[in-house]
Amino acid sequence: MEILIPTIKLATIYPEIIITTFAILVLLLQVFPTVIGKDYLGYTSLAGVILAAIITGQGGASGEGGEAIYSFSNMWVVDNYSRFFKLIFLLGTGLTILISIKYTKDEGINNGEYYSLLLFATAGMMLMAGGTDLIVIFLGLELMSISLYVLAGYVRKRLISNESALKYFLLGSFATGFLLYGIALLYGATGTTSLKGISGFISEASFGSPILIMGMLLLLIGFGFKIAAVPFHMWTPDVYEGAPSPITAFMSAGPKAAAFAAFLRVFIEALPSLQGIWVDIIWVLAALTMTIGNVIALVQDNVKRMLAYSSIAHAGYVLVAFVSTDKLGVASILYYMLAYTFMNIGAFAIVIIIGGKGEEKINLKDYTGLAYRYPLTAAAMCLFLLSLTGIPPTAGFMGKLYIFSAAIKSGYVGLATIAVLNSVISVYYYMKIILAMYMKEPESSVQHSPLVFTPAMIIALGLAVYGVLRMGIFPSAYISMAQQSYLSF
Amino acid sequence: MFYIIGGVAVLSALIMVTNKKPVSAAMSLIVVMFCLAGIYVILDAHLIAALQIIVYAGAIMVLFLFVIMLLNIQEKEGRVAKHKIFFQFTWILATGYVFINMVKLIGAGDLPARMEGNIDGFGTTRVVAEILFTDFLLPFEIASILLLAAIVGAVILAKAKIE
Repeated sequence: MEILIPTIKLATIYPEIIITTFAILVLLLQVFPTVIGKDYLGYTSLAGVILAAIITGQGGASGEGGEAIYSFSNMWVVDNYSRFFKLIFLLGTGLTILISIKYTKDEGINNGEYYSLLLFATAGMMLMAGGTDLIVIFLGLELMSISLYVLAGYVRKRLISNESALKYFLLGSFATGFLLYGIALLYGATGTTSLKGISGFISEASFGSPILIMGMLLLLIGFGFKIAAVPFHMWTPDVYEGAPSPITAFMSAGPKAAAFAAFLRVFIEALPSLQGIWVDIIWVLAALTMTIGNVIALVQDNVKRMLAYSSIAHAGYVLVAFVSTDKLGVASILYYMLAYTFMNIGAFAIVIIIGGKGEEKINLKDYTGLAYRYPLTAAAMCLFLLSLTGIPPTAGFMGKLYIFSAAIKSGYVGLATIAVLNSVISVYYYMKIILAMYMKEPESSVQHSPLVFTPAMIIALGLAVYGVLRMGIFPSAYISMAQQSYLSF
Repeated sequence: MFYIIGGVAVLSALIMVTNKKPVSAAMSLIVVMFCLAGIYVILDAHLIAALQIIVYAGAIMVLFLFVIMLLNIQEKEGRVAKHKIFFQFTWILATGYVFINMVKLIGAGDLPARMEGNIDGFGTTRVVAEILFTDFLLPFEIASILLLAAIVGAVILAKAKIE
């Protein structure tokens, strides 16, 4: 029996190979502390991320003009869409590593496994963005999730961190079950797991097999959990609050974007003929997610928890763009995820600085009068919060503008109205922090320990501030990049 | 044949969930695993059936039993709070309703039977291996990375002390 080996274009997975190699390298390096000091583990992994980003930016093996390159028996694709998302992930990971370096030392968790798992999660996210087969997407998602479960509980001596990991693990595995069942039903209905094959089969055969719809709904639940859409959001506040702050920053940016990447690709590429059904469901999900996220955030005093609810609300805004499945909608999702990575990781960087050792100062009152003591830090936090609210001239404003206009152009005026109203609600709780920082006198009775700034942290903050402003003031370059990413879809 | 095996599987799964003794629950789980293997055999997937028995019924169940013995779990009467009974009852009814509808829905639609004939030697080790190392090479490699990440994670969480 002759075995045909399909053509393998190894060059198409160079970025993933690099990330995985560095993940293993970091793991091995800490065994030999004489070769490289423990302090440099973070920088080593950062080097890997930058290297992978450069190769992704160049396009790896993908053709000029951005046509899609398929390889590995059509299970893997390098196109502008996946490259854009991969750059978002790598940016998120890079920033996370920068804000982790001091934090891990403070908490006594500065070892290779931390960075290694971070890189493994990144590799999983990249696989989710580039997979064109449900199996690859599922494995990427699992690689990401399992690394995250562990990272959430990484500070083992802190009870709340353990609780967060356990909750995330139990609920996450449950959601994975839904996703897997959905994939199995889709496979049962169409006889293939490849996204192109599924859409081809549905358009050939008569549409509307109940199994198919059931599979789609289960997939929706699975992805809905990963992006923390209401009503699958129950885990988010507890997990975000308990996890180490850099990991919370990471979770709210990268994995959420990865889940959106896979979500979009699966639903637009494989199930376009069921669009009539899922658009309505996502409409409801978007409205619920925005409203509940914002309303509950109003009453939070713990800043980390508030940002968790705010991240739920932001997932809702992105779902608004999802409803208008056209080019503009997808482009605005890409733009928004990039902007969100900058502003959210920036905000969490400040939370880490203020939180100090052991993350004790994460309540609103710890921000009182910050502007009097550290005007620059307060200004940066203010910028991130304004961007999260969506006030010009920040990236968040342009992102929301694109999303709302995409929704209105596709005729979803009602949903866009709900989204705008929600933005107004969100002003209240973001302003609460800004007011505390600027308008209230610092309580002189409380002794404040000085905040510690490390070079890595300053670089991360600088990058985030630059990104937020640059994307807000000169958005055209980024939006045209995002639009090109849709063309190759 | 399918109904017999499937019925036994569902029954033992029910016993497993409702049983209060951990060891008996684990034993019923073994029965479930064997029944699943039987279903794979009916489907001509002999390799998967063998793997199911070796990996699940064998290795993983032994691990389960070890953990149960090491932890020395005491048998405890679970008590259901009074006010929760109504709540749980409602849940069971709701889930049952959804489940029945699911079965109806799936039963109503005709299966788009798209079995691409019987591939020569379907389900044998040779064919599985061939597909695994050609078309499914990428998922195969990802799975190994996934396992590595899981091992690292397990070690980190279980280690007595992180220095």
